[in-house]
Amino acid sequence: MVEFSGEIGSFKAKVHRKARYVDASKCTACGACAEKCPTKVPNEFNFGLNDRKAIYKDYAQGIPSVYTIDPNHCRVFQGKKCGVCAKQCQAGAIDYEQKDSYVDLEVAAVIVATGYDLFDATRIPEYGYGRFPNVISSLEMERLLSAGGPTAGHLARPSVVKGEARLKELPKLIAKAEKDEKTDAASALNKERKWLEEHVHKYPTAKKLGFIQCVGSRDFRFHKYCSNYCCMHSIKEAIIARDHEPETESYIFYMDLRTVGKGFEEYKIRGAKVSGLKYVRGRVAEVLQDEELNPVVYFEDTEQRCVRSMTLDMVILANACSASKGIVTVAELLGIALDENNFVKTHPNKPLDTSVPGIFTCGCAQGPLDIPESVAQASSAAARAAEVVMTGGRALAV
Amino acid sequence: MEDTAKSDVRIGVFICDCGSNIAGYLSMKDLVEYAKTLPNVVFVQENLYTCSEGGINGIKAAIPAHGLTRVVVASCTPRTHEPLFQNACEEAGLNPYLFEMANIRDQCSWVHQQVKEKATERAKGQIAMAVAKAARLRELSRIQLGIFYRAVVIGGGVSGMAAAMALGNMGYEVHLVEKEERLGGLLNHLNMVLPAKEPPSRLLDDLRTRLENNPKVTVHTRAQVKKSEGYVGNYQVTINENGNETVVKAGVIIVATGAKVLKPEGLMGYDGEKVITQLELESLLKQGTPSLKNVVMIQCVGSRCAERTYCSRICCMTSVKNAILIREADPSASVTILYRDMQMYGVENEDMFRRSKELGVRYVTYDPERPPEAGDGLVRVYHARMGKEIALPADLVVLATPLVAQDEAQQISTMLKVPLNENGFFLEGHVKLKPLDFATDGVYLCGSARFPSSIREAVSQGLGAASRAAIVLSKEALFTSGIVADINPNTCCGCLGCLEVCPYGAINFFQDRGICQVNKVLCKGCGGCAATCSSGSARLDGFSNDQIYAQIEQALAG
Repeated sequence: MVEFSGEIGSFKAKVHRKARYVDASKCTACGACAEKCPTKVPNEFNFGLNDRKAIYKDYAQGIPSVYTIDPNHCRVFQGKKCGVCAKQCQAGAIDYEQKDSYVDLEVAAVIVATGYDLFDATRIPEYGYGRFPNVISSLEMERLLSAGGPTAGHLARPSVVKGEARLKELPKLIAKAEKDEKTDAASALNKERKWLEEHVHKYPTAKKLGFIQCVGSRDFRFHKYCSNYCCMHSIKEAIIARDHEPETESYIFYMDLRTVGKGFEEYKIRGAKVSGLKYVRGRVAEVLQDEELNPVVYFEDTEQRCVRSMTLDMVILANACSASKGIVTVAELLGIALDENNFVKTHPNKPLDTSVPGIFTCGCAQGPLDIPESVAQASSAAARAAEVVMTGGRALAV
Repeated sequence: MEDTAKSDVRIGVFICDCGSNIAGYLSMKDLVEYAKTLPNVVFVQENLYTCSEGGINGIKAAIPAHGLTRVVVASCTPRTHEPLFQNACEEAGLNPYLFEMANIRDQCSWVHQQVKEKATERAKGQIAMAVAKAARLRELSRIQLGIFYRAVVIGGGVSGMAAAMALGNMGYEVHLVEKEERLGGLLNHLNMVLPAKEPPSRLLDDLRTRLENNPKVTVHTRAQVKKSEGYVGNYQVTINENGNETVVKAGVIIVATGAKVLKPEGLMGYDGEKVITQLELESLLKQGTPSLKNVVMIQCVGSRCAERTYCSRICCMTSVKNAILIREADPSASVTILYRDMQMYGVENEDMFRRSKELGVRYVTYDPERPPEAGDGLVRVYHARMGKEIALPADLVVLATPLVAQDEAQQISTMLKVPLNENGFFLEGHVKLKPLDFATDGVYLCGSARFPSSIREAVSQGLGAASRAAIVLSKEALFTSGIVADINPNTCCGCLGCLEVCPYGAINFFQDRGICQVNKVLCKGCGGCAATCSSGSARLDGFSNDQIYAQIEQALAG
């Protein structure tokens, strides 16, 4: 949305639609274009754990089921010769000339459902995220566990995934360095190759996992609030990891295990009984790494009343739910108030109403929520909007 | 078994390349030639994309041109594409249930990419099976039903009030049924709510006034729903209000019956005086702050235990709230909360938790294996951090007990044919994706009847249930699916096997005749009854025995 004006019952909005360079009415999402596209780009949806093409779809079930050209990487848009996708497309859907468009909307009500951003764990340097390959975020773990993810659901350690990719490109780099007679560079690369060959496959599957809770949440330096859903997703990820690999051992380092939803406490108990999860009450102080790229966590075990350390195959951080970065711009455009955390401000008695009549909100835009509550709120916001649409804005009670 | 395939059946087969998704891995030419040899097949066409405009027009043109009486498409999955092809048949004048699909992409070309010849053979088998079934398909029809544009909301707590308000504001007639003398439910008994820091009467009075002023909303107090008959769009609900019975014809019903606080008889020395519940503390605080020196609150009394495994979601926030109110009123009063995990999820709760610590509320964890003991003005508890037992002086002990299911939940569950979970809370259609719907169409749930909810959540869910219900009320008419079950009354022996497996409450048992009957409006065509029926009386149209046996025979023959 780029322009917004009006009041309840008669808002006007201008929406900027970026060109996708593919005619959505013709594309059948068969995927022939992406199969032959010569340009590889790190796959953002899989957090760079594999590559996508310059013509792509985030994932198989994405809606609408239409491919998109990424003009920042597509050879045609970089002024190079290509056009492979247009040749492959039997539906004739590729349109390099497509332009951005603007849509003018007249609406009675608006719903802000902009969601959240994952807390950037590099802001907590003591956990080593970004420095240690086998310390990953909760969403990276989701991708690793997903059958449609970069490892087809196999819980490969990122050091292995990345190491294998590096091993593939090293011979070329070495040959080039030798050809250019850069002997120092070549010997460094050879050394790296030797190390990787010896170490990469030592621990191919992550079997001993540590989940660190409250990463950026309940932390005075970052977000004071609790992110609501992370206890449950860590338990879920640990249970699924165990379903994939029966030898998996998981440790969940927590302050309070917040299992407040329907069936959640039962799920937590099942995690311990059936999937062998171990819940360790204590905050992790620091994560280091040993020479085999294994993360080592240092933590206080409050139940054993001691400080301990543990070497793990992989550490999964329960990143906090941060307000989405774009929300400030959206809020300014709509004129709605945000709270001190940049979530859309609401009152407990009117949980869907923003500070502007006729503009409603739901989901993580208004604060961290789990799936059932988000889905319920989405219906609620729709009800509020329907009240406005069906009565022309006269009814504004709860 | 009698063969129902008629000789005058004329089948058209459309085989899709799906670009290279199918054509890249199977020999399309072989499939086309093979299909032509199958019995009753009079027309075969290969399409680059059968789902494209050209492909759809091809189906529409071939039906009259070749006199097709059945259509088979061999392509992708019916989950996404069946309605599209069925519409094409209907537009060309062919009953949409005379259509059959063979999924030769997801179930063949995608999974057998390395073995082209074998995969082609397999796809042939799939097409032959579809053709065998198609020859035996019968015309089915969708029944059109009228709708009563009216809602009944059972339960006048904050959640039910919000639901009634939303539907009333959308312009639908609503009957709100409350068993007590006045609306408001559990909130009537609370002292103060945080973080708004206002008495709950502010929200309740506002809601009550608006409901009373809304001409679309009829409030029934001291009333109960006695009986409900019918199905989505067409319920007849008998409401007993103060002894007078009225029948309301409604299209939808919302269950908002709330929950009640567990009275912890026999737990932790509960006596209602020195050892009380949080709800009793609310009444105490409502009358003015009593002078208290040492208060000890104990969490999870009667919850997260063998008898009641669930966490009741709202008790931690209630305790923290009351601890804050006590400390704010009298900073010299000491408040200690004994807990297992402080369930202060989200932004507002964690804020309140922090504020309580700033005000000097003390927190001590306890191990459920070594629970605290109250008596003689003391609470003894094993302090895990110190590794020894401590004794806390307490002139008042407050127990945080869970919300438990209402007594009438079972009656409502039976009446509306909607399920309860093992704890007596109503069970939604899908834990994540349908939190406010039942599996049965036309009945919805919200608030603590579903699971303990805060005010914010109860209001939100009430509005959400209204939104779900409005989907039915905003329709001009309802249509049943053609794929529904039927029970032969002449052979049914009334064993109730079908009734027990039906997840949608779509089967009625008629005691007088001793037989079961399918309500075709509620039936979703899952076929559970047909598979269960021991006398072979239940059948599922569109998946009848002769059709399925013909497919199996074809598979075994091929």
